[in-house]
Formats: sequence, C-alpha cells, structure tokens
Amino acid sequence: MDQNLLSIVLFAPLASLAVLLLIPSSNKTLIKVWANLSSFAGFMISLPLAARFDKNAPGFQMVERIDWIPALGVKYLIGIDGISLLLVMLTTVVGFLAILSSWNAIDERVKEYYAMFLLLQTGMIGVFISLDFFLFYVFWELVLVPMYFIIGVWGGPRKLYAAIKFFLYTLAGSVLMLLGILTLYFQYHRQFGAYTFEIAELMKLDLPLGLQQWVFWAFFLGFAIKVPMFPFHTWLPDAHVEAPTAGSVILASVLLKMGTYGFIRFSLPLVPKASVNVTIVQILAVLSIVGIIYGALVSLMQQDWKKLIAYSSVSHLGFCTLGIFAMNPNGIAGSIIQQINHGISTGMLFLIIGVVYERRHTREIAEYGGLAHVMPKYAIVFAIAMLSSAGLPLLNGFVGEFTILQGAFEANRAWAAFAVAGVILGAAYLLWLYQRTMLGQITKSANLHLPDLSLREMAVFLPLIAWAIWIGVYPKPYFDLLEKPVAQIVERVRPGYYQGGAAINAGTARPASTAATAAGAQ
Amino acid sequence: MSQFYTSTDHFVLIPAIMLALFGCAILLFDFLVFPDPRQRKWLLLFVVLGLGFTGFGLWRQQMFLNANGLTELTAFQGSLTIDRFALFFNWIFEIASLIVAIVSYAYLEIEGEHHGEYYALMLFAQCGMFFLAAGTDLVTLFIGLELMALCFYVMVGFLRGAKRSNEAALKYLLLGAFSSGFLVYGFSIMYGLAGSTKLSDITTAIAAREPWDPMVFLAMATTAVGLLFKISAAPFHMWAPDAYEGAPTTVTAYLSVASKAASIAFLLRIFMGPLASAREAWEPLLSVVAILTMTVGNLAAVTQTNLKRLLAYSSISHAGYMLLGLIAGNDTGIKGIEVYILVYAFMNLGAFIMIVALRRKNIIGEDIEDLAGLMQKSPGYAVLMLVFMLSLAGIPPTAGFLGKYYIFLSLIETRHYLLAVVGTLYVAVAIYYYFRIVRSMFVGQLVEQAPLASSFGVRLALGVAGAMTLAIGIYPEPFLRMAQGSILR
Repeated sequence: MDQNLLSIVLFAPLASLAVLLLIPSSNKTLIKVWANLSSFAGFMISLPLAARFDKNAPGFQMVERIDWIPALGVKYLIGIDGISLLLVMLTTVVGFLAILSSWNAIDERVKEYYAMFLLLQTGMIGVFISLDFFLFYVFWELVLVPMYFIIGVWGGPRKLYAAIKFFLYTLAGSVLMLLGILTLYFQYHRQFGAYTFEIAELMKLDLPLGLQQWVFWAFFLGFAIKVPMFPFHTWLPDAHVEAPTAGSVILASVLLKMGTYGFIRFSLPLVPKASVNVTIVQILAVLSIVGIIYGALVSLMQQDWKKLIAYSSVSHLGFCTLGIFAMNPNGIAGSIIQQINHGISTGMLFLIIGVVYERRHTREIAEYGGLAHVMPKYAIVFAIAMLSSAGLPLLNGFVGEFTILQGAFEANRAWAAFAVAGVILGAAYLLWLYQRTMLGQITKSANLHLPDLSLREMAVFLPLIAWAIWIGVYPKPYFDLLEKPVAQIVERVRPGYYQGGAAINAGTARPASTAATAAGAQ
Repeated sequence: MSQFYTSTDHFVLIPAIMLALFGCAILLFDFLVFPDPRQRKWLLLFVVLGLGFTGFGLWRQQMFLNANGLTELTAFQGSLTIDRFALFFNWIFEIASLIVAIVSYAYLEIEGEHHGEYYALMLFAQCGMFFLAAGTDLVTLFIGLELMALCFYVMVGFLRGAKRSNEAALKYLLLGAFSSGFLVYGFSIMYGLAGSTKLSDITTAIAAREPWDPMVFLAMATTAVGLLFKISAAPFHMWAPDAYEGAPTTVTAYLSVASKAASIAFLLRIFMGPLASAREAWEPLLSVVAILTMTVGNLAAVTQTNLKRLLAYSSISHAGYMLLGLIAGNDTGIKGIEVYILVYAFMNLGAFIMIVALRRKNIIGEDIEDLAGLMQKSPGYAVLMLVFMLSLAGIPPTAGFLGKYYIFLSLIETRHYLLAVVGTLYVAVAIYYYFRIVRSMFVGQLVEQAPLASSFGVRLALGVAGAMTLAIGIYPEPFLRMAQGSILR
C-alpha cells in the first residue's frame, strides 16, 4: 500500500469512474453524490503524499518502476519531486472543487459529465508524475479527449468550434513534440545501445547544440501551445469562453500548467545547451513579455467577463514562462509558485463568473454593476480573488510575481521593467472589472434580487481563499519544497551557477568535461 | 509424391488448398444441399470451418518453423515461401475474413442479396491473398493478385439491384485491369533483365546493374504504378472512394483491410526484394507519392458527408503512412508497417462494422448525420466508435498510436525529418474529420429513433475489434514481439 501510494492517487479517479458507470444515468443525485465523494476522497488520499514527502531528499521520491513495453524500452515509471508534488496537490484540490461547483450548473447528461472529469483527473495527475517520456505522452494526449467533450457537449453557443480548435491546436503541438521525443530516444540508442524513454537516462545524452536546438523547438511547440505563449494563445479565449465553469477552472488552473511544467521538467534538463542558448532565451523572454503586456492590454478592452479572465491568463502565464527562462533559482521557483497561484486565483475568478452566470446567464460586464449591495459575501470573495490575482502583498500572487521579478531582474533588467508594466496593467484591468461589476449603484433590475453565495458555493471558495492566504503570508514551506529540485535544474542548465554565477550562455561555451566535474562536485 | 509435388510443397500449400476446397464446397452445397434460403446460415458454418482449417494449417507451419529453428520454408522450386512475414500477413487475412464473414450474414439478409457465392468468393479472395503474401515468383504473385482482384470485382458489384454497386464494380474492374497491365509490363521487363521469374534471381540481376539503369527504372516505375494502384496511393487512388461507397459495406470493410494488407505484403516483397538495390531511384518517387497520398486522403476526407467515402479517403491516407515506413526502409520501418497494418485491420474493421450496424431495413445509414445522438441511443456503440476514431487518428493509448509511433521513429532514424513533420501534421488534420463523426455521435441531436441493426455477429465483431484496439494500445508487448519476428529482410 505504502509503496504504491502514488499509483493509488493516480488511478483512484479511474476506479471511481468505473463505479460511476455502474450507476444508472437516471439517478442524477446519486451520480452527483458519488462524483463529489470520490473526488473528495481523491483529494484526501493525496494528502499523505505531502505528509510523507521528504523535502530534504534529493531527486524523485515514491518512485514506482514496472516494465510496461520492454520491446520499446517503455516503463511505467512514476515519482514526484517538490515541483510535481505541488502540481499534483493543485490538481486534486481544484479537481474536487470543480466537481463540487458543478452541482447545479450541469443538469443534463450528468453521468457522462462526471465521467469526463474523473478521466481528466487521472490524465492530469499522470502528466505531473510520469518519469518516462512515453508514459508522459500517453497521459498528455489522454487529457485532450475528456476536455474536448467537456467543452463540446456542455459548453456555450460556439462550443463545437472552441472544442475542436482546442483539440487541433494542442494536438498539432504535441505530435511535433513527439518527434522531438523520438529524436532523443533514437540518439540515446545510438550513444548507449539501448532503448529507453526514462528521463533520468535521457539526461545522460550529450548532443551537439544544433540537434538540441531542433529538439528544443519541437518541445517548444508542444509546450508553448499548451501554456499558451503568445502567438499560440488564440485557442485559449475561445475554449475558456465556451467551456462550462468547471471546465474553465480545470483548464486554467491545471491544464495550462502542463505546458509550463513541460518546460521545467523536460526542455530545460533534456536539452540544456539549447535552453540556455542566448538566441533561444531571448526569443522566449520576448514572447513571454509580449504575452504579459498583450494579454493585459486585451483584457482591458474586454466586454465579456470570462474573456477578460481568459486573456488575463495569457498575461499571467507570460510571467511563468519569463521566470523559467530567467534561468536562475528565483525565476524558476517563482514561476512554479506563480503556477500554483494562478491555479488558485484564476480558478477562483472563473468560479466567481460561474456563480453569477448560473443566476443571470450572461457574462456581459455591462449587465452587472453594484452587485456588492445584493451579494456582499460574493463581493468579498471576489475582492480576495481579484487582489490575489493582481498581486497584493500578503496574498499569494504577490509572492510569485515578486520572486519572478527578482529572477528576471537578475537575468536582464529590461525584462523586469517590462514585466512590472504588466503587473500595473494587471491591477488596472482587475480593479476596473471589480468596479464595473461590484461597485456603484445597481443598474439592472434583474440584479436586484440575486441570492448571495450558498453554503455549497462558500465551501468551494473557502479552501482556495485559505490556500491563497497561506502562500501569501507564509510561503517558506513552498520555497523549501522547491529548493532542491530547482537547484538541480539550474545546475543542469548552468553548471557551476552556485559556485560563481556563470553567465547566461556559459553552458554553450563550457566543455562537457567541466560540466561533468561540476555535477560530480555537487 | 513426385519431385514436382513434394511433401514440403503440400505442407506449404495446405492453407490455400483448404480455402479453395471450402470455397468450392460452399458453391456446391449452396445449390445442391441447401436450396431453401433459410438454410443459408449453415454456409456461415462452412466459412468458419474453412477458416479454422486454414488457420490450423498456418499454425502447423508456424510451429514447424519454430521447432526446426527455420526462418523460411520454400516450395515449388522457390516460387512459394512460407516465412514469418507471410504467416504474419496470413493471420491478418484470417482475422479479417472471420470478422467480415460473421457480420455479413445479417447484413446481406437486410440488403436482400444473401447468396452462397458471397462466402465462396471471400474464401477464394483469401486464397489469392495467401499467394500474395507467400509468393516469391512473379507468376505466382500475379496469379494470386488476379485471383484476389477478380473476387473483389464481383463482390463489389454484389448488390445487383443497386446502380451504385454496379457502377463501382465496373469502375474498379476497368481501372484494376488497367493497373494490372502496368504491373505485368513491369514484370516482363524484370523477366527480361533476369531471364527468370524468381524474385531471388531478379534481385541478383538488378543488383548487378546501376540503380539508375534505364531498364531497371522502367521496370520499377511500371511495377510501382501497378502496386500503388492496389494500395490506393495517390495519384492512383481514384477508384477507391467510388468502389468503397458503392460496394456492400461488409465488402468495403474486407476490401479496405484484407486487400490492402495483401497488397502491402506484395509491395514489400517487390520493393524490399528485387527493387531493393534501386532504392536510390525509387525513394524520391515514393516520397512524393506518400506526401501526395496523405495530402489527398486527409484533405478530401475533411469535406465528406458519406461515412463510407470518408473512411475511404482516410484509408487512402493510411496507405500514405504505410508507404512512409517503406521509404524509411530500416527494420523499424518494416516492423512499423506490420504493426500498422495489424492495428489498422482491427480499427478499420470496427469502424466499418459500425456502418454495417447503421444499415437497417429501409434506412441506408451511411451519412455522418445517421450517427447523430448515438450516445443517447446506444452509448456502448458510441464509445466503441470513439475508440476506433481515436485509434485511426493515432491518439494514445489506442492501438493506432503504435503504428504511427513506429513509422515516425523509422523516419527519424533514417533522417527523413521533413516527411516526419508532414506526417505528424496530418495527424492533426485527420483528427478534424474523425471528430466530425465523434461530434455527431456525442453532440448531435437524436433524430432517428430506430435501434441499430445489432445482430449477434455485429456485436461479437465490434466487441473483438474494440477489445483488440484497446488491448494492443495498452499492452502491445506480445504483438510487437510478433511483428519483430516477422520482419522481411
């Protein structure tokens, strides 16, 4: 039981899916109760992961290794480090809350709906804990199908367009990523005479810069479309606007993190020379900054509440990628913290939209105004979510953005300057949104008698608010968790960084032997 | 036994003998013993028995090879060779025939064209396929090809009352005969070069010449035209959509899987054998054909509304992917083609059997719209069809992914990066049209309330196809080992 804890967490949603299929689809209440209970149980059994995780131990923990397809060298190999742990916890928490939030919102084809969410849950957890590239790819693709259905079946008016656009964009990226994976797989066979997809083994490869760059761009397409980085973001607003509330929440909170996680877990360690190559870093940083500013400017212009939050995701994810390509401990750790933060705050913001959408069936910002008078609890929750997203000190967003800015400043002052502009714009569109929807007099009579948050709705928000405050006030446990894995990644891409602050492109100039000694000394 | 028909010859020939024997038996029994149409169900038993005996013959050959540590068994002075490659393909033919036969019974009843010849033709066609996979002599191969093709010409036009079916058969016949002409022309040049019809002699003769030798090129080009026609590669694919649409759906399923597998086996025998040394000359040619095939197949499929035409174009694009494996030409590539054709057999049969189930009395059921709302009506079928569609598109963890995986890996190993990128990008195009079907099933409004024609045969066949599509995807190890052992070198 103990040594299989990770597998249990991974397959628990799948097991509850199997049970769910046995419930007759006419019994909606039982289906809802079962889905909620089992996803709550999924969260509960993921807690021991955090409890047993030893933050001082290097490398991966709770590793499970079984030969799956020996003919291809594919293993069922899973394990977690601090980065994975945080993202898995985010997945189990948000997954449960998303299911809880759908109680009233979804009333037709209930069984299929919850089945899709449970399948999605397994797929997402699998992505974050796979240490075998093949396994990772299977989970990565597995996620697409349920998400397609969630958008395509339960979505808004243009759901079919949005769903297939989401599917095609991400699939196009991931099949090209597959070519990158296969290249590494083949090169490993050439150098070591064995076939393996194991990440730790593939890291032993020593490839020339040119080849690494090709692989990097192949990975880039897969991950950047998922994040999404500018200019691959166009699927995101469509998908978010059309998806049902819980779908948007999962999409924003967890699915997008698969892209940033991919950069951190695969791009950087597997093709380190390409990742620190000056041209590539500059291109990635510029794309991130454009994403930050562009996302924020477009958010300012939106008339649709949900679209505004969708574009704000583009902006916030820009921070995450900027942090990664700052290539220093602050940047990367900040990026991971910010990924969690974005999961919490943007998840909350989408849930907040869902609450009024359920009541009014419109997302036009102009349709609202002065809601604080009739829904005071709601206004408070929204204020907290909004401020956490805008990066107010003592809330989670501040910690992440501040650390990323530190990292960016260390890497290049100009980046930090642009990113700060993004923070200011972020505060602008969020505060303005709040003002237009919550403050002032009630302008529409339909809003006069909106009921405030119910107990169930409060239950959805409270854990997220608590988490936001925890990270904002006392982020030390999180940084502790991330210290070791981040240090490993930085050491990998910039050997000798901790000894004397190697320059950003030193990795390219430094001969492999020095890198090996540095790694050995570590 | 004389030296002209040794015991080895007999042993090698048993599967073909069984197929021919049972085929003839069905013809005789159909008209002598079972004159009453209601007794035709016994014919199905004959098919199953015939396939059983054939399978037993194949199994004994396989055991013989294993027990004696042999890689091949040649017969008839080298014109037939049973190697693991031939056995691998013959197993695929067995599976396809069996699945199609059990589905055909109920389907032909609905179409009102249930006749004993149908089953006989199926077995004769498979007999032709046996020679295509096992033949190592130009004459044997050609006779095998014609035997298979003639059976299919008749089967495609089996719905005598339907204009569409007749038109399809005639079109297929005319174009098929035309392409056979090309093929024979190529063969005659090969014979001229080698003075022998044995593939091994021709291999030696061609290897002794330059790859760009004009005679070799001519032989290669004309043979390629004939073969590419058979696997429906662009620009020789014109017959496929019409023949697929017009033929009875069960025949379409059989044609798209078994005939394609046999033609691929034939293609590999020729290109990895006699023409292997002229690779320099045919590699660019086939690369263009492969890209064209994937382009035509995938782009034309996007606009189709008829399910059979859509799957026809999709099967054209699959031929393109299989060609990519030949272009790579290393072990991974050949293994890839074999894995691909294996998984293709299950997933494509599954998809076509769904269309068979859509055909009911008074409902044609060939349009994407006919699937609308299937999820509400019969969720089991809808989910199975989803699995087939995902597999056809190549999404893990379904079997289709493994076929594409090997093809892409072989392209990377042999540095055909451009082909690999084109091939992968068409996966995204393919998902678009496969998901038009999925969309119709899961999002479309239920219009037609009549239940699907779910005979026992249909349910069994769908169940097997679905289970195998998932099983190969989730635990492919035994299947990959089997393909690994069956590489043609």
